[in-house]
Parts: sequence; structure tokens; C-alpha cells
Amino acid sequence: MAWTEYLTPLLQGAWVTVQLTVYSTIFGAILSFAFGIGKLSPNWLIKAVSVGYIEIFRGTSLLVQLFWLYFALPVAGQAVGLDLRLPPVVAGVLALSLNIGAYGAEVVRGAIQAVQKSQYEAARALNFTPRQALFGVALPQAIPEMMPPFGNLAVQNLKDTALVSLISLGDLAFRAEQLRNFTQDSTTIFTLVLFMYFGMALVLTAIMKLLERFVGRWRHASN
Amino acid sequence: MLFGFEWDTSSELAFAWSILPILLIGLWVTVQATVLGFVVALVLGLILAVLKGAPSRLISWPANVLCEFIRDTPLLIQLFFLYYVLPEYGLVLPAFMTGALALGLQYSAYTSEVYRAGLQAIGRDQREAARALNFPSAHTFTHVLLPQAIPRIIPAMGNYLVSIMKDVPVLSVVTVLEMLNVAKIIGDRTFDYMVPLSMVGGLYLIMTLVASAGVRLLDTRLPKQGLPLK
Repeated sequence: MAWTEYLTPLLQGAWVTVQLTVYSTIFGAILSFAFGIGKLSPNWLIKAVSVGYIEIFRGTSLLVQLFWLYFALPVAGQAVGLDLRLPPVVAGVLALSLNIGAYGAEVVRGAIQAVQKSQYEAARALNFTPRQALFGVALPQAIPEMMPPFGNLAVQNLKDTALVSLISLGDLAFRAEQLRNFTQDSTTIFTLVLFMYFGMALVLTAIMKLLERFVGRWRHASN
Repeated sequence: MLFGFEWDTSSELAFAWSILPILLIGLWVTVQATVLGFVVALVLGLILAVLKGAPSRLISWPANVLCEFIRDTPLLIQLFFLYYVLPEYGLVLPAFMTGALALGLQYSAYTSEVYRAGLQAIGRDQREAARALNFPSAHTFTHVLLPQAIPRIIPAMGNYLVSIMKDVPVLSVVTVLEMLNVAKIIGDRTFDYMVPLSMVGGLYLIMTLVASAGVRLLDTRLPKQGLPLK
């Protein structure tokens, strides 16, 4: 087999990788904001849940989380009479989003806390409700600060998608291993795959840079 | 039975208690892989950092590209690459060694940045002062720059040590019997994945919380102004 013949199956796998990355990055971002803001909540219950979520998903390995959702959750469901067997794609996206969301939540919390105190005081002086102060004053200044670490996390997420191949999801890593089994041409296949991941990471970085420039405008007051 | 330990499936609690020693054997492999991978990352990272800081573009540019390449590609694929490709060139390593090498390689891209940032954080005036006092450059590095850089570098390195620990389960794909792989085997044989996998999660949580507390303690204990020299 010439190396060009590897491209079709590998590109099919790469498309799955792209989809997994997009979905889990978006869900991860939603979780980041929910639990990052939750950790700063004055309500102790919301705060405790957020801290628990962040510590559990940052403190354990992604592969452990993935295996737990895929292998252990159905057993737990059986014990209480529920069918919790997740299709690989759901378990994969869920594990990736929950994992990256926990890291993202710390970024969100850090950026919100880094907004100067005088900003909150001014919002209060102008009789803003806490909600208005958060969404109208703090977040527009904090989000641009979150973008560089979010860019790193997005690339991290892309790399992490390779692990879903271990629960038999047909992503790029899975296709590569399949092809290697079939042809034994490890050097060519894995070199190609490494460069494909590198290419995707470069594109993702460029997209995140564009996004960074876009939200950078929020840093300054607008109407 | 695994590693000579029988499991007791009479109740969930008895099962958990009976497989704990088996998981702890796996945990010991995880710790070994973490430490070995960390050492490789520290050495390779230092080499990369020196190459990236080389005065000649001919050296620093390829080193930067290589570093970016390592950082942007998944550990799993790098592991497969080393595991399947190295033997084709006559270098046959045990799976555990290949795994530690892959971990070290992946994290060398990160540690090289830590070295660079640690050295850059020291003000230029320190270098100028050393020069004004006629210190030889090797002496400046070992007696002026390094003692100030080390307290800045250690906490960041500690965080990567924790990250490496969390990446060790990836080595299970090349048959390394670390903790997650052991739990998976127990699950495969007893059809109860819930108990072993939850226990692995719990053990990981304990390890990372302890390790993170250790890093924080180290951070507060290290003298910010630099290590005193005798």
C-alpha cells in the first residue's frame, strides 16, 4: 500500500476527531462558566457542588473518568434498575467535556477574581444588582483574560480526544491503530498521524487567536 | 486471582477490601512510571531549553518547532510511535521503559518552557552586576542565576509531576500493568467494573490532593529571594 492510500481512512478518522473536539470544547466551555461562577457563589450549596466537581475531575485521570463512564456506570445503573449504557460517542464527549470543563472552571474563576475591586465598588455605587455587576461589568473584562488559557485548553482537548479510541470510537487514533494492525507499516502511519494532529492543532490555535481578538474589544467600555 | 491475591465477591465491601492490595501493586507501578517519566522530562526539557535559547537561529528555530510539535500531538500517538517504530530500528525497550520515555518526551516540551521562564524572570541587572564584578559566565550561571531560578522553577515542575501521574493510565495501551489497567482486568474477570474503577478514581484523588498540597507547601517554604549559598 502506498502512503496515499492511507489518507482516506485516516481523513475519515480525523473528521471524527474534529467533531469530538468541537462538541466537547463547546460543552466544556459551558461547564467552565457554570462551575467557575458557581465556585464564587455566596450560596454554600452551589459553591460546594462546584468545588466538588472541579476537584474530582481535575484530581483524577481523564482515562479513569472515561472508563468509569463507559464501563462502571452501566453496572451502577443496573444496581438501581436503570439502563445507563452509554454509546461510545456519548461517553467520549461527556468525559472530555467534564474533564476540560473542570480545568476551564478554574480559569473562569481566576479571571473573574482578577477583575479589580474598584470595578465592583463602582458597579455597587451605581446601584447595579450583583447579577448586573457580574454580567455587565466583570465578565466583559474577564473573558478577554480567559482566552489565552482557553486556547491552551482547546489544544489539550484536541490531544485528549485520542483517548476515546480506547472505547472503540473510530477517531484518528483508532483508524491509525486499525491500519497498523492491517499493514504493519507503523513508521509511515504514525508519522502521518502525528502531522495530522499537529496540523489540526495549528488550525485550532489560529481559530482561538481570532476569537481572542474578537472578544478583546469587550475589554474597553462600549455601548 | 491476580498477583496471587484472590477476590471475595460475597459483598461489595468485601470485594473492595479484597482487591485493594492488587490495586496498590498497580499504584506502585504508577508511581514508578511517574517518577521515571518526570526524570526524563526534566533532563530532555533542560536540553530543549538550552537549544531553544541558543544564540544561533540555526539551532533555536528547529528546537522551537520540535517543541511545538511535541506539545501539539497526543501522548497516545507518541507512545504508539515509540512502541512500534523504535523496534523497527533495532531499539527494543520493555513496554514500561517505552511508556516512561513517551511521558518524558511529551512533558519535556512543557518543562523546557518552565526552565526558560524561570531564567528569564531574573532581572537583567543580576547579569549586569555579575559581569561588572568580572564573574566568568559559568560562575554567573551556577552562583547567581541558578540559585534564584530554582525556587521559581520547583513549584511549576511539581504541577507537571502531578499531570504526569494523571497521564500514566495511557501506558495501559502498551500492556503496562499500572493501576487503571489492573482495575480493568479485575472488571473484565468479575464483570463488576464499578468497584475497581471507582476505587482507582478515589486513589487518584487522594494522590493528587496530597501531591498538590505538597507542591503548595514547597512553594511557601522556598525562599523567594533565592537559595542561600554557602
